[in-house]
Amino acid sequence: MSASLDIRLKRANKVYHEGEVLAGVVAIVSKEAVQHQGITLTMEGIVNLQLSSKSVGVFEAFYNSVKPIQLITSNIEVVKQGKVPGGKTEIPFEFPLHTKGNKVLYETYHGVFVNIQYTLRCDMKRSLLAKDLSKTCEFMVHCLPQKAKLQPTPVDFTITPETLQNVRERSLLPKFLIRGHLDATNCVITKPLTGELVVESSDVAIKSIELQLVRVETCAETGFICEEHTSPACQGPMKVSICPLQSGQDHGCAEGYARDATEIQNIQIAEGDVCHSLPIPIYMVFPRLFTCPTLETINFKVEFEVNVVIVLHDEHLITENFPLKLCRA
Amino acid sequence: KNPDVAHALHLGKLCFFVLFKMSIKPFRTDLLIYSIYANSPILFNFLCLMSTLNKIWTNLLLEEKTVSSPNWHSRARRYESELQSCGLEVAPVEFSDYHPLKSITVTDSKSRRGARKGSTSSSSSSSSSVAPDPLSSMLDGTDPLSMFAAASATTCTISSRREKEDEVGVDFEPWSSKRGEILARFTTTEKLSINLFMGSEKGKAPSLASSAVSEKVRTRLEELDDLEEGSQRELLNLSQQDYVNRIEELNQSLKEAWASDQKVKALKIVIQCSKLLSDTAVIQFYPSKFVLITDILDTFGRLVYERIWSMCSDPRPLPDSFTADEVNDTAKETCLNWFFKIASIRELIPRLYVEVALLKCNRFLTKCGIQETVPRLTAMIRGIGDPLVAVYARAYLCRIGMEVAPHLKDSLNKNFFDLLGTFRQIHGDSVQNQLVLQRVEIPVYLTLYSPAIHWILQCVSYRAPEALLTEMMERCKKLGNNALLLNSVMWAFRAEFIATRATDFIGMIKDCDEAGFPQHLLFGSLGRSLACADPPEAERLPILNEAWKVITKVRSPQDYINCAEIWVEFTCRHFTKREVNTVLSDIIKHMTPDRAFEDAYPQLQSVIRKILTYFHDFSVLFSMERFLPFMDMFQKDSVRVGVCLSIMDVFIKHQQEPTRDPVILNALLHVCKTMHDSVNALTLEDEKRSLALLINGFIRMVSFGRDFEQQLSFCVEARATFCNLEPVLVQLIHTVNQLAMETRRVMRGSHSRKTAAFVRACAAYSFITIPSLTSIFSRLNLYLLSGQVALANQCLSQADAFLKAAVSVLPEVPRSISIEGKLRSSEGFLLDFINNFLSALLVVPDHPEAGVLFLVRGLLNMVQDYTWEDNSDAKVHVYISALPLLAAMSQESYLYSIPKVDSNETLYGGDPKFLAEINKLCETLIGQVLDHLKTLGRDESVHRQGSLAFSLFGCLLAHGDLRNNKLNQLAVNLWNLSHKQGYCNTRTSVRTLEFIKHQAQQPDMAHLSDMLHRLTLQSRT
Repeated sequence: MSASLDIRLKRANKVYHEGEVLAGVVAIVSKEAVQHQGITLTMEGIVNLQLSSKSVGVFEAFYNSVKPIQLITSNIEVVKQGKVPGGKTEIPFEFPLHTKGNKVLYETYHGVFVNIQYTLRCDMKRSLLAKDLSKTCEFMVHCLPQKAKLQPTPVDFTITPETLQNVRERSLLPKFLIRGHLDATNCVITKPLTGELVVESSDVAIKSIELQLVRVETCAETGFICEEHTSPACQGPMKVSICPLQSGQDHGCAEGYARDATEIQNIQIAEGDVCHSLPIPIYMVFPRLFTCPTLETINFKVEFEVNVVIVLHDEHLITENFPLKLCRA
Repeated sequence: KNPDVAHALHLGKLCFFVLFKMSIKPFRTDLLIYSIYANSPILFNFLCLMSTLNKIWTNLLLEEKTVSSPNWHSRARRYESELQSCGLEVAPVEFSDYHPLKSITVTDSKSRRGARKGSTSSSSSSSSSVAPDPLSSMLDGTDPLSMFAAASATTCTISSRREKEDEVGVDFEPWSSKRGEILARFTTTEKLSINLFMGSEKGKAPSLASSAVSEKVRTRLEELDDLEEGSQRELLNLSQQDYVNRIEELNQSLKEAWASDQKVKALKIVIQCSKLLSDTAVIQFYPSKFVLITDILDTFGRLVYERIWSMCSDPRPLPDSFTADEVNDTAKETCLNWFFKIASIRELIPRLYVEVALLKCNRFLTKCGIQETVPRLTAMIRGIGDPLVAVYARAYLCRIGMEVAPHLKDSLNKNFFDLLGTFRQIHGDSVQNQLVLQRVEIPVYLTLYSPAIHWILQCVSYRAPEALLTEMMERCKKLGNNALLLNSVMWAFRAEFIATRATDFIGMIKDCDEAGFPQHLLFGSLGRSLACADPPEAERLPILNEAWKVITKVRSPQDYINCAEIWVEFTCRHFTKREVNTVLSDIIKHMTPDRAFEDAYPQLQSVIRKILTYFHDFSVLFSMERFLPFMDMFQKDSVRVGVCLSIMDVFIKHQQEPTRDPVILNALLHVCKTMHDSVNALTLEDEKRSLALLINGFIRMVSFGRDFEQQLSFCVEARATFCNLEPVLVQLIHTVNQLAMETRRVMRGSHSRKTAAFVRACAAYSFITIPSLTSIFSRLNLYLLSGQVALANQCLSQADAFLKAAVSVLPEVPRSISIEGKLRSSEGFLLDFINNFLSALLVVPDHPEAGVLFLVRGLLNMVQDYTWEDNSDAKVHVYISALPLLAAMSQESYLYSIPKVDSNETLYGGDPKFLAEINKLCETLIGQVLDHLKTLGRDESVHRQGSLAFSLFGCLLAHGDLRNNKLNQLAVNLWNLSHKQGYCNTRTSVRTLEFIKHQAQQPDMAHLSDMLHRLTLQSRT
């Protein structure tokens, strides 16, 4: 005799907003009647922070995990101790998504050092002889749309050997001229990042052009984030590096907080020696779950950047970085 | 118009005609002769058919002739009055109601049908007096089959016109037809490799950021993943066939993965497959690789679409023209998921291809999703650096675009303009380096583009306005080295468009760089367009001259013939035999050295086919000096026979009038001889049949008009030439018989000394030809037929010889014969023949030196001696059916006779001795039948006994003089015998009784009513 427990949300996409009602059913399927000692539902929203081993050392990282921040929690007993008849039983439930006090429901986000997750757990307690049944189901929370109208902030860029920083041997550089623009750096998360890129000239054949989406996560122990290190959004190209292959990672590691940049995805927009002076579209869809509107709180920050990476045939790597500001409209 | 159809129809009508005749009146011998009069060789082919109908005929005779019994006396008959009384009962048959093909003619136009109805009804109303000729009435007006064809043709055009302008019609050449062509054309002998990373991508550039998990741990995890998926296989050194097999395996595993709900694995397979398209190693194979892999992508696109579609089919399936609003949330979410997954594919080419494959799924999300996506994908292709990879990606996008959203013409155009924009890439450094590395010549490389550019241009130019085409052409012109584009333009644009500008195109082709794209290919493409559409009248000759100037300079015979073959059509279409002759001589000049023609048989055959399409006049065709020398290039037997077949095919289809032109006859006799000589022991029956059919067609078309002697000598020659094909010999015998009947017609039945000698020569021809046939039944039938013809021509001794020969052949008939490969009993055929033979014997006068009725006796003796099947009643059936003949012979005037030939009626003039002889013979026959009935009674076969007794009863009733008491008693006994066991058909018995009642009302038949009282009807119970 096996009983199965399942949670089914009303919305197919499982996306909810603050103030809405999370509704669905607990479905129990079993051939025979199931004896139990109560079925409970727990809804929880948690921010998990983790310190990077690179910034604080393995030992510290293991112990110094920052305590999770609870955003919302709620618990109800769906059914009192008793018996569920055989067959398929569906028990409807509803949770209002209201926070206590001045807490805000941050948007669901799955990162490396920062995780914002909302779960719904259903437990069926049973007598000693039978195993307890449990089922967990994640649901997504989206921020309410921004009220202010978003002004597009286009950025033009030009890359030549002269505009590069971090160059070891400037004299060994081949000549090239690459122009382009991003339609906006403050992006609506549901809309793709767009722009154009033109290879005007290049002495060495191009091997690949890629768009690298990077998250920058900053964690602090308690409400301390360095003032002068706030995101310098829309200040144009921030850092450009070239050869040898070097990670764009930046340990902005002052005492008490950790800032880590990691890749989310890498999208190739050109392969091979593309036609010169023909605009190539820049187009990237922001992946769900792994991106969220740019977030800045007392304890942590989640920011995003995009790198335009140009790989030359002689393994030269040219990177142009653009901080992004994501929002929901 | 189409002779093939007309031929078939003719045969069909003939069948109906025969059946029609049979249904209303007794079938007469002179119908056979009529068929010869009718001068229709096809009718001859129906003699066999007729012989199977003879059973019916003989049965009809049964009712009309009289016979006597142990004391046999035939009933005296008044054929004319009987015929009249029968004729009145004939219900006039309304043709249009009765014709079995009629239901097809529903689409018939009113006026036509009216006309037909009128003609047929008028003829059927007069049917009682003058025999109508349903054949002629059916021949006028449009025949139902061709009307049907015409009707379906019009509905086709209407329906295609009805289609919306922006949709893809039938005139759009589908991808599936290109597919095979590409696969066959782009092959390689080099080794190929497949590189598949089924797990996570190892080869990717080191990530710029690190994750929390240490590198070491991560690689280990990856290795684990890899093991699980059985992944990263690099298969090297594959032959092309291996490669194709691998791809097919992948296709299968995709389907399996999908079926077992491993959607992620399926997606991975598809991604890995499309990644193969970015690899241009072994570049000659790339187009084929593209075809193979896009097949997989198509499968995948279909699977995803169907899955999402099925998610919305609850509660009822979506209509075909659904909108995004009708799609439920779950389906939308699934679809969205797919798109998010695809959007995160790292590499450009797989992402592009997979997204294109799923283009159709955009319909589930938003109304204008496809409209927005296609331009974006078009722009995305700009990111592909390799021009060959890019152009094929564009071709794929165009293909799916045409399927999913044919109305989005703008994106197609954009694709093409982008292609033009990146055209200079082809001559860029990276491409050149690659070619050097792979040792591929530029012209070969350029032809790799053709399928893709053809396809793109085909999509773009499909129902495109003239102005757009002109613009495109102008743009192509502007680019340097545009031969490749020019070629595709000529392929893909409307032939009319090309044809009106043919002179311009020739100019452009001449301007092209010789080093790049081969010029003969360009002329080939131009020729292809000109073959379908006509350039302005005045330009035609200059065009041909210009083109041929280039073609004739092509060195490689293979290239030359490929191009020349195309231009032959243009030449045939617009010019006379003089120009075609020149072209042929040029081809001969090019192809003869080094026996180059041996490698070009398909093209040379196609040249012949094209010439035959345009030149139907064979006197013109064969007067072309170079035609026969051209034929001589076909030196491989099978090919030569194939060419001969196609020539004969065209001849039979298009030759309307019989001919006596010595040029045609000589040439065609040669052609036919070639065909005939190809027959050997290994030739299949079907092949022989088709060869014989063609040769027969030729023989029928030979007519020397009034010069009968020459015709006969032609037949003699033909017999010598075609001795291995039996059907041809049969045809020749028919032809000669027809010749004899034609002579008779010309002489109005009375031969002069000269013509009499000639018809005897004809008879002699048949007589010596028939024994060489192996088929026993064609020998028998031909003996009979030739005998009848000889009789009709007053060649009595020849007729006797034929009939005697037939009788003497009878014992050779095997008991089973092979029909269409199956062994069947020959009994039915033999009975049919004998019945047929018997009815002919009525008019054959006895030979003065032989005894009375020697032929009948001879036949009956043969029947007696023949080894019939055990347990068969066939012999008795023959005896019973001989009775009506004998009864008919004892009449004062015969049912039918042959003009100018005295039958026995005149020879004996009703001599009582002759009658007594007949009666004796009848008595013997009846005695034999009765003996047989007795043996049946002893056995368990009472059923057969009953039916035999009943048929003898029927015979006595119809032909015997039942006023004779003995005969009367015998008839009553037979009736009782047949009813004793209760096996007889009650309905037949009832109708027989009714018939007797009816007969009894006539004068002289009162005795029948007495008999009627003695015939009791037994009920089954």
